[in-house]
Amino acid sequence: MSFALWIPLAIPALLALLSLLSRSPALRRLSPVASSVAVLGSGLLLVSAALADQVPTLGGGLLRADALSAYMLTVVGAVGLVSTWGGLGHDSTVPARFAGSYDALISVFLAAMSLAVLADNIGLMWAAVEATTIATAFLVGHHRTPRSLEAAWKYVILGSVGVAIALLGIVLIYAASRGTGAATLSWLVLSQADLPLDPALIRAGGALAVLGFATKAGLAPMHSWLPDAHSQAPAPVSGLMSGVLLAVALYAILRIQTITDAVIGPDFLRIMLSVGGLLSLFVAAALLIRQRDFKRMLAYSSIEHMGMMAVGAAIGAAALPAVLLYVLGHGLTKATLFVLSGRILEVEGTPKIDAVRALLVRRPGLAVPWLIAMAALIGFPPFSIFFSEVGIIVAGFSAGMGAVVGIALVLLLVIFASLTRLTVAMTIGAPGAAAPAAVAPAAVAPAAAPTGVVPVVDAGASVTLADAEPHPDVPLVPDRSAHGPMLPLILALATTAVVAFIAEPVGTLLTRAAEVLGGIQ
Amino acid sequence: MFTTIYPQLIGLCTGTLLLTSALMVWRHSLLASIRLLSVQGFALAALVAVIGVEEGEVEVILVAVLVLLVKGVALPWVLARETHATTRTDEAPRLNPTAALLTVALLTILSYVVASRLLAGIDGVSAHAAPIGLAMVLIGFLLLVTRRQAGSQLIGFLVLDNGIATVAFLTSGGVPLFLELGISLDVLLVVVILYVFAGRMRSKFGNTEIDQLRKLHD
Repeated sequence: MSFALWIPLAIPALLALLSLLSRSPALRRLSPVASSVAVLGSGLLLVSAALADQVPTLGGGLLRADALSAYMLTVVGAVGLVSTWGGLGHDSTVPARFAGSYDALISVFLAAMSLAVLADNIGLMWAAVEATTIATAFLVGHHRTPRSLEAAWKYVILGSVGVAIALLGIVLIYAASRGTGAATLSWLVLSQADLPLDPALIRAGGALAVLGFATKAGLAPMHSWLPDAHSQAPAPVSGLMSGVLLAVALYAILRIQTITDAVIGPDFLRIMLSVGGLLSLFVAAALLIRQRDFKRMLAYSSIEHMGMMAVGAAIGAAALPAVLLYVLGHGLTKATLFVLSGRILEVEGTPKIDAVRALLVRRPGLAVPWLIAMAALIGFPPFSIFFSEVGIIVAGFSAGMGAVVGIALVLLLVIFASLTRLTVAMTIGAPGAAAPAAVAPAAVAPAAAPTGVVPVVDAGASVTLADAEPHPDVPLVPDRSAHGPMLPLILALATTAVVAFIAEPVGTLLTRAAEVLGGIQ
Repeated sequence: MFTTIYPQLIGLCTGTLLLTSALMVWRHSLLASIRLLSVQGFALAALVAVIGVEEGEVEVILVAVLVLLVKGVALPWVLARETHATTRTDEAPRLNPTAALLTVALLTILSYVVASRLLAGIDGVSAHAAPIGLAMVLIGFLLLVTRRQAGSQLIGFLVLDNGIATVAFLTSGGVPLFLELGISLDVLLVVVILYVFAGRMRSKFGNTEIDQLRKLHD
């Protein structure tokens, strides 16, 4: 079974090379999808191995797939597949010169994320997480506008500094392990309960490492890169970052928590994660109330969900299966929404919520999946996010963290109301309301021409652009096209809708993965 | 012979590291900072080599060569190319030199206080010098926060990274070689990426001041 550890690293790397060298656009554009399939396939293989009580290892134990790693690899593959496959219709705006590197970087990103979850070594995992910063930097700055440049600069500086702090923490954990005779960075060895690790060093190292990875996970107060990067990156990349990158950063936090809990008890990180989680929920609630941009809305919703997952991690053992289910549900839902947001942005030409009205009447092909996915995100049953949130809240009350969970619940209600209002504003309403916004470009073009500054070509371009849009005053023909592949989105939403009801094997897998982290004995 | 001068060599190397960090805070010229960064890279490599000779491990000597090539030569070279290519832009930091140097002194004291609690369990000459690494991390933060030019922020990031490497080598003799390779490669790539972005910034805005990056907000 250990070949399944190679596949998610080697195949995406090869495909990245292929998309750089290939002259065929079709081959190039399919390569990230193929990478995702490779990761998902080996993830499922490793899950089946984990359910059969096997733990495949490779490279002298450097790579190791226990139930948790196998589950996370499956999440990476599944979210990757939804984002890349759903994003196939999207990259028509990509300048041809950079198209090859775009697809190659997505494959590199997937390979690095796979390495991060499969490595049984904190240092190697660190290097893989930092490698994703490198892969996504150019993806965030892909559109080459001043805004995307700003987002990319902030992302790289904050991401690298955050991850550098995590490295300092890892160095201290490594120094602590010197006391045991053989210095090691292996998860497996370090999370053994009876290891004589220096408590002071583990405390400082754990705190710094969690702080660093929390930056990468988008937890407040280190979240400021997240809305900028998510709103400026191409939609499939936003989906990947939100569903995969944040999840893997959370995975790193969970692993480090196992080490510190064994040495200094759970209280220390519990406080840190509770504060970070509640602060994230608060920031998301405060900034969602008056949000005007639908991609930023999705980004703040990611901060909210990461905050809730951090609260779950703070509660500990009893909440861990719910947190892990949350990672999958949030990843799939958010990837779907980002893919749809990219399509809406492309056909409507604006990221403003005010300018996108009555979508349900005008473009039901996009509005219907958007509404269903938003319902899943907000936390309606039968979608799995509902069950995860309920699971975390119930576990919190029974673990004696009623105050934290109570505050989280209030903030969740505020976010629920804001997101519902914004979604209704975008989708429901009479199409007449959209008329002024759509007419505006046509009105601007003649007005600009007499000033003489604007070249004639520019005015002509604006007019043809306005003509291409269906004019709202003409009897309206609803646009039923989904503007891209629909199947991945349907599959993603169907999966999140049913996954919470499958006790075997999903329930068993989640329990085993939580056991790896010292949950449910 | 070597064991007698070993503490002095460690002191010399870490002293150079701290001195170059403080000088970087003092100097406002980008080129001077890059030269200091190169000196710092050499000092770090020397520190690693001294530890390697003391412990008699070939792997650590290899790491020293790697550090020399990446931090002493490659990174300063990349940065210097970026700076030579343009008109020399001197830094106008948010803090005046006196206040900045005072802050450096306070940060150094702070890191000694923190380290005395943290590293109580580790003996040895090298562990006693470890607070210098922490001080460098904090000075790196100071540079990141107070500088306005893209290039100077980059230097702040690299001082931060050098500080982490110093802590790693002084407390545990460094991480395994393959990890050091991965970490060095990552840092090198981050710098190259930021260098590319700084170039784009110049072609879009005409300069590399970070303060103009405030279009995105809520």
